[in-house]
Amino acid sequence: MATFVDRFPEEAKVVQASFAVAFIALGIGALFGVVQALHRTDFLRIIDSVDYYTLLTAHGVLLALVFTIFFLVGLFTWAVARSFDRPLPDIRLTWAWFGLMTTGATLAAVAILAGLFPEIPMSADVLYTFYAPLQAHPIFYIGLAMFIIGTWMAGADWFLAYREWRGENPDDRIPLQAFMVLTTMIMWFVSTIGVAVSVVFFLIPWSLGLIETVNPLLTRTLFWYFGHPVVYFWLMPAYLLWYTVLPKLAGGRLFSDPLARVVFVLFVLLSTPVGIHHQYLDPGIAEGFKFIAMTNTMFLLLPSLLTAFTVVASVEHGARQRGGEGYLRWLGALPWRDPAFTGMALAGLMFAAGGFSGMINAGMNINYLIHNTLWVPGHFHMTVGTAVALTMMAGTYWLLPQLTGKTVYSRPIGLLQVVLWFVGMVFMSNAMHRGGLLGIPRRTAEPQYQNFDFATAVGSVGEIQAQIALGGVLLFLSVVIFLFNVAATWAQDRVDTPVDDRIPEPLSSSSGAPLVLDNLALWTAIAVVLVVLAYTLPLASIVTDGGLLGNSPAFPVSISVQPVVDAALSTLESAAPGVPIDVHSTDAAVDRLTEVIR
Amino acid sequence: MEIHKYEKVWLAGALLLIVGLIATVSYGAVGAGIEMVGDEGGQVDPASLDEHPKFGEPGTYQTGEDEYDVYVIAQQFSFEPGTSEPIRVPADSTVTLHVTSADVIHGFEVVGTNANTMAVPGQVATITIEVDEPGEYGLLCNEYCGSAHHAMEGSLEVVPQSEWNESMVVN
Repeated sequence: MATFVDRFPEEAKVVQASFAVAFIALGIGALFGVVQALHRTDFLRIIDSVDYYTLLTAHGVLLALVFTIFFLVGLFTWAVARSFDRPLPDIRLTWAWFGLMTTGATLAAVAILAGLFPEIPMSADVLYTFYAPLQAHPIFYIGLAMFIIGTWMAGADWFLAYREWRGENPDDRIPLQAFMVLTTMIMWFVSTIGVAVSVVFFLIPWSLGLIETVNPLLTRTLFWYFGHPVVYFWLMPAYLLWYTVLPKLAGGRLFSDPLARVVFVLFVLLSTPVGIHHQYLDPGIAEGFKFIAMTNTMFLLLPSLLTAFTVVASVEHGARQRGGEGYLRWLGALPWRDPAFTGMALAGLMFAAGGFSGMINAGMNINYLIHNTLWVPGHFHMTVGTAVALTMMAGTYWLLPQLTGKTVYSRPIGLLQVVLWFVGMVFMSNAMHRGGLLGIPRRTAEPQYQNFDFATAVGSVGEIQAQIALGGVLLFLSVVIFLFNVAATWAQDRVDTPVDDRIPEPLSSSSGAPLVLDNLALWTAIAVVLVVLAYTLPLASIVTDGGLLGNSPAFPVSISVQPVVDAALSTLESAAPGVPIDVHSTDAAVDRLTEVIR
Repeated sequence: MEIHKYEKVWLAGALLLIVGLIATVSYGAVGAGIEMVGDEGGQVDPASLDEHPKFGEPGTYQTGEDEYDVYVIAQQFSFEPGTSEPIRVPADSTVTLHVTSADVIHGFEVVGTNANTMAVPGQVATITIEVDEPGEYGLLCNEYCGSAHHAMEGSLEVVPQSEWNESMVVN
């Protein structure tokens, strides 16, 4: 029986190439992740604390942007070709966006990693959020812009495929997977406008010296205009797999096609007018605007709560098809030996926990307790770091055979790998959440301070650190095993039927879905109106207050240790105010260090 | 569109949860009077903070009986006041913190409390806190601000009323 690679050999190559880039980014990002986990918990410090921020920037960009989005474009290309049952309109366009995205991602990665080599005058230690007026090398911003434009071209490619299909099928419902791809891309087009304006109109000219100053609150607000919908851009590929693949793996079929469409439409409408909830603690934005963002955010819980119902119901239906019975005993009838099923099921379970910690984040006043603490990375390692990443890895065990015509090298190793990820994340994320409640900050190389200790109610700081370090090591091991299994699969020989790739029709089919759900132009228009309502007044007041270009000059990210020495001196002085410091010898030390840097 | 009975129940529960969450925050703001950072602080020029009537001489200002304003400048990699000398406020008082940045974006977190705000250059963040028992709190920067970010810390000292004196206020 012909599988995807036989029917669409050209598309399969693009999907494989996209997955390859994604997995390289995953490997490097995970390596940096474990180095950070051991560094900040003080178990093993093989890098300088200054370089911690270089690795942190690379970890964020490579995993949150490169890994997730390259997997997404691969998955969506598969879904579009498969569900329209036709090749993409022009494979050269497909390779063009792949090339542009890869070039952009490589440029950004080079600019970041150059920060590890003092002899190269290039650095982008600005973290994944690149808040001005910290300034990275122009290549970093230019690479990001190319990457984003590449994703726009990919979206255009899929919409062209839709147009061709629609020409031949004027009265059909949009196939469900294609519907998910198109709605996700509408959300992406609307939401990336913010970051594109920030990078192209402000940050690139500013980093090239064409404009002197920026308005830091404006570029920050434009970042978050994009920065929250991007989390749904990560999540939608996982939802696509949970809705259309997981029920099949469980032995059944999707519960309801119409409700799946409703969920994706809700994401189009509500994903963008919420970004200000990342700025609850920002001065210069009135409380009323923050309240509107919070209300929208809370309603955005709805599509995810509906998803929880539909996915669990579909999985239960599958279990009953396999002979499962009872209120909960059906759980035992599920195919737990299948790494694709088990990985996605565990990812969904952890997403439920991550969803609850997200409700805390979204609460405008409770947020003060955890803002910028370790709680926040604890939260998003459960969501993007597990719900998304683990679903993508698990999905690979089912997708890769279709894309290559080769069976998975080892399903037992795959099972070990997905379970190891889940266990590692349980250790790491529970400890991060608890550490955050104590006030331990995120994004810090050495969370140890001279003036105070963190007080614990349950457990100890040492125990929290140990769990983070252990979790980080297990997660890294899981990635190593995953990459081994994938590489070994690629090295296999082709077989006739590598995997059962059929996806059965949903229980409630698309014929029951109101036609208006497929009216993409209508949903786009409403989404734009909601964005205009949520953002016009805050942006206008930010520009009126601080000016379009603001008054913040550049603070290029330093590649010298001079500021570290200065800070250490000031800390010494404050720690022991009575003890005179031998200024002469410290000056000499600074001179020597500066010499080393040159 | 056919919606299963159980799904309708679930949908109703989900909406109830959402409305409940919004209601608790609204109650916190209006009923319990939890103050949040808004746009009341206004703007400043980060390059000429030394000419500002208050940030020119940052520290604690008395504004009324048991009411104080504290002006704090965050900069790479210290708080002024906070790092080389602690922020000092008297016990049993109402304190409004005014925080800004002289260079990049910083965070201002009084460890173990919900006194937490961003310090954005050009903007002034204001938060009002109720100070009760004497004691000493840690202060840290919780937004990455450059290569020595992890060294940016300080302290906030709640001084007993009996030891409070005029040398601790600027005005």
